[in-house]
Amino acid sequence: MISQFFILSSKGDPLIYKDFRGDSGGRDVAELFYRKLTGLPGDESPVVMHHDDRHFIHIRHSGLYLVATTSENISPFSLLELLSRLATLLGDYCGSLSEGTISRNVALVYELLDEVLDYGYVQTTSMEMLRNFIQTEAVVSKPFSLFDLSSVGLFGAETQQSKVAPSSAASRPILTSRSDQSQKNEVFLDVVERLSVLIASNGSLLKVDVQGEIRLKSFLPSGSEMRIGLTEEFCVGKSELRGYGPGIRVDEVSFHSSVLLEEFESHRILRLQPPQGELTVMRYQLSDDLPSPLPFRLFPSVQWDRGSGRLQVYLKLRCDLPPKSQALNVRLHLPLPRGVVSLSQELSGPEQKAELGEGALRWDLPRVQGGSQLSGLFQMDVPGLPGPPGQAPSTSAPLGLGPASLSFELPRHTCSGLQVRFLRLAFRPCGNANPHKWVRHLSHSDAYVIRI
Amino acid sequence: MPYLGSEDVVKELKKALCNPHVQADRLRYRNVIQRVIRHMTQGLDMSGVFMEMVKASATVDIVQKKLVYLYMCTYAPLKPDLALLAINTLCKDCSDPNPMVRGLALRSMCSLRMPKLDQWGQAEVLNFLLRYQPRSEEELFDILNLLDSFLKSSSPGVVMGATKLFLILAKKFPHVQTDVLVQVKGPLLAACSSESRELCFAALCHVRQILHSLPGHFSSHYKKFFCSYSEPHYIKLQKVEVLCELVNDENVQQVLEELRGYCTDVSADFAQAAIFAIGGIARTYTDQCVQILTELLGLRQEHITTVVVQTFRDLVWLCPQCTEAVCQALPGCEENIQDSEGKQALIWLLGVHGERIPNAPYVLEDFVENVKSETFPAVKMELLTALLRLFLSRPAECQDMLGRLLHYCIEEEKDMAVRDRGLFYYRLLLAGIDEVKRILCSPKSDPSLGLLEDQAERPVNSWASDFNTLVPVYGKARWATISKYQWAERRGPELPNTASFATPGPLIPEESKETVQELPDSEALMLVPSCQLTAEYFEKTWFSLKVAHQQVFPWRGAVHPDTLQMALQVVNIQTIAMSRAGAHPWKAYLGAQDDTGCLFLTELLLEPESSEMQISVKQNEPRTETLNSFISVLETVLGTIGDIKS
Repeated sequence: MISQFFILSSKGDPLIYKDFRGDSGGRDVAELFYRKLTGLPGDESPVVMHHDDRHFIHIRHSGLYLVATTSENISPFSLLELLSRLATLLGDYCGSLSEGTISRNVALVYELLDEVLDYGYVQTTSMEMLRNFIQTEAVVSKPFSLFDLSSVGLFGAETQQSKVAPSSAASRPILTSRSDQSQKNEVFLDVVERLSVLIASNGSLLKVDVQGEIRLKSFLPSGSEMRIGLTEEFCVGKSELRGYGPGIRVDEVSFHSSVLLEEFESHRILRLQPPQGELTVMRYQLSDDLPSPLPFRLFPSVQWDRGSGRLQVYLKLRCDLPPKSQALNVRLHLPLPRGVVSLSQELSGPEQKAELGEGALRWDLPRVQGGSQLSGLFQMDVPGLPGPPGQAPSTSAPLGLGPASLSFELPRHTCSGLQVRFLRLAFRPCGNANPHKWVRHLSHSDAYVIRI
Repeated sequence: MPYLGSEDVVKELKKALCNPHVQADRLRYRNVIQRVIRHMTQGLDMSGVFMEMVKASATVDIVQKKLVYLYMCTYAPLKPDLALLAINTLCKDCSDPNPMVRGLALRSMCSLRMPKLDQWGQAEVLNFLLRYQPRSEEELFDILNLLDSFLKSSSPGVVMGATKLFLILAKKFPHVQTDVLVQVKGPLLAACSSESRELCFAALCHVRQILHSLPGHFSSHYKKFFCSYSEPHYIKLQKVEVLCELVNDENVQQVLEELRGYCTDVSADFAQAAIFAIGGIARTYTDQCVQILTELLGLRQEHITTVVVQTFRDLVWLCPQCTEAVCQALPGCEENIQDSEGKQALIWLLGVHGERIPNAPYVLEDFVENVKSETFPAVKMELLTALLRLFLSRPAECQDMLGRLLHYCIEEEKDMAVRDRGLFYYRLLLAGIDEVKRILCSPKSDPSLGLLEDQAERPVNSWASDFNTLVPVYGKARWATISKYQWAERRGPELPNTASFATPGPLIPEESKETVQELPDSEALMLVPSCQLTAEYFEKTWFSLKVAHQQVFPWRGAVHPDTLQMALQVVNIQTIAMSRAGAHPWKAYLGAQDDTGCLFLTELLLEPESSEMQISVKQNEPRTETLNSFISVLETVLGTIGDIKS
């Protein structure tokens, strides 16, 4: 049960404010919340804060604060889930979630909140139910254009590729059935994996963790049935054996409650009738055992002359993806000892960039082809770094250097090897053209850390 | 009869049910309905005629009514919207003059099962069910079996709600609780690596809660709690705490290596948290940790050195075996410490273990030289004590500067506390060196304190009611201050009534301090804080007096002596002797004195397996009114402590 709900912009401007129960102070709570948030001591978490007898619970989503207040000692899990669900719903209805879309669609947002919550209790968050009641139509800033490739969202992460859906295609509102009949029947299916890796300084692998999701965003009429075929060698758990060879193995899988699994055991087919909007069909996890080699290997060598305070770091980055694949937006982040003053660099390619900032070295590589090898030589002066003078240059790293971390995106690649074989729709188009189906695979780094 | 598939059967029956001729003939109508029921029993899907059957329920024929209601109860889950239509008829039947019809309608209405609740509804119901007390063990396990499927829900809110209900219902079956916590491990870990940071944080807080009772529970998953640099500060801090708590012989090496990486983090706060964490692990794995900490000193970073030295100070107190290593690491630190906390720690170490650190007097001398520009009075106090201690073990090197320091403190110092401390030491020295030794040479370490601080594993039941609430997310300590505040807000004005001390929600000792101290004023009883009864005097007096008052007080479970002692101290009741926790029978002897000099001697007795505590009070002057006040104060304290426990 929540008392108030409000949305603040990243700068603290209130965008939406709704009081459900009238049991707590006025609108200034939004301001109060922002004041508390910015004045919070470093060791306290901002997720739950309190003032008088009121608790503030919030999530940050797309740069916005979605905040609920309550005076009860309620379940944090349910409430955080509700806030994320609200964020998804608002995104679905307004096209995407941002300061701009929210302020353009204030009426729609209030209407939604009215239906979702009654006197602070959740009524429903299902798209199916809500679409019967929501009358306001979303205001979109600019007309949807197939050729608009400017913004990059998750559902359009592959904008630099040809022949993929335009980036903005998925970030348009779910239109109600009453309005535009000529809407496109489209469905987006994304297999997204987050990779977290820890590699020891001797190159041995300490931890691999893959968090995968199959996400669906459907613009088809609700209730149209679809079948998603996964790789047949897909095995769950350590012991299951399927097909020839090692198979595609994950440790744990959970499905959305609307997914029917009769054909999953035999053919690895998921059947579902998704409502319009976004839905996480399946979540899976995989630890410690990857079928394919890791996407990146880093070979660092460090020369440190204690006497003159000269630090030389040579980094060789090898991309072990298949030659046809590539990694985008690769960024290497290497914390440096305190007091580094100058940087001179020799990079292996002209499109690369390296700079110092916030006590760390940042090396940007916009595009790395599979199988390629890149290198950078960095020389720095660290006058403040103490040490007995007169020692020969040593190869051991000074304290404070490293660990290096990489962030990147791997379009058309899943680390677990899981692929969507097919996406079939049982939907009969009414006079319109066949529905468009967009199936995409994407891996990106969550934490890819290499100790030095 | 030709074979008909279920679709044709439905069609045919539908036609028959709609036929006005059939409807007019009671027997024929009933016959058709019976056929529907028969097909239903055979497993054919008869939900297609739901509408017609609802219409058939509006009849005076009780047999037909019964048949229709049977049908409706079966198919209501499939046709929830149509089942709503039936409710109208049912409501009408509830006011029927015929009691049989009324009963039937009511029973049918109760057994209409609508489709399952969505996740929000489930979470609400699970929360609501917490109030239910199963009547028998059988019923309890029936409920638990039903709950099982909710533990596998894809919504974390439902999973946690079900877990809490499990923990609460199975409070007498620890193995069932452990099983549930094993089952919920997967969902919790998944939430810990969720993309939503806030959810991740809430999950981490609950992981810590579970670790308090089951220390090994997540040990094999320790890698899941490694931090990544892009995470926000508050998640990193939680993860470090979790790592500290799940460390064991197998993973200690990897965990320490990971923590060492954090010590050089760009964020000074996070680096310091990591160093404190290593200090915490050092209580168990001393050698490895001290080595890492010593290496960190080599960085010569102010923010790192100060925390390492503070960690060392705490460590030598708890683990005296590492003193030698710490003393070797200390020289040179003084150059990199600027803040008050770090200086105090270093000076303390130099004072207490100075005989093992060759240059200790010279480091302290530097501090003495610069004492005029020292801004923190606490550092000066520490310096006085340390120098005097060191003087005892190395008099030749210290005498001169001790004189200078005392002179400065007494003659020039502005801060009264420092000045008094200086004067005190000066006079102490006048009393002779033996007297100084008696006062200052206290123990240099106390390993037993570590055991106290570690706190034995807490039973699951002690936090089960907090699970899936905001308490773990705030942390117990912060929650205590919050609820204290809220409690004061809500109950403040109507306080001084002893009888209504039954408080809603959790209470903490600090609260009782305030409320209870108010009580004596209103009751004209003033207990003297300085009353110091010796055990012998107490014993003598106890046996010489008769019991003035005896009563029993409801009590559940064991007593936490520390908490009780603390609470009693707050109201100026002195604890003379007390059994340790869990002793059978459990006894305590308490003494107190009021401002008129009247003594109150009390015995508390808790027999094993008893749900009552026996209170016997003796008084050296027979005065009933103060006796009653004393007993009400005592009851208040016991009641408060009992509340906290349950």
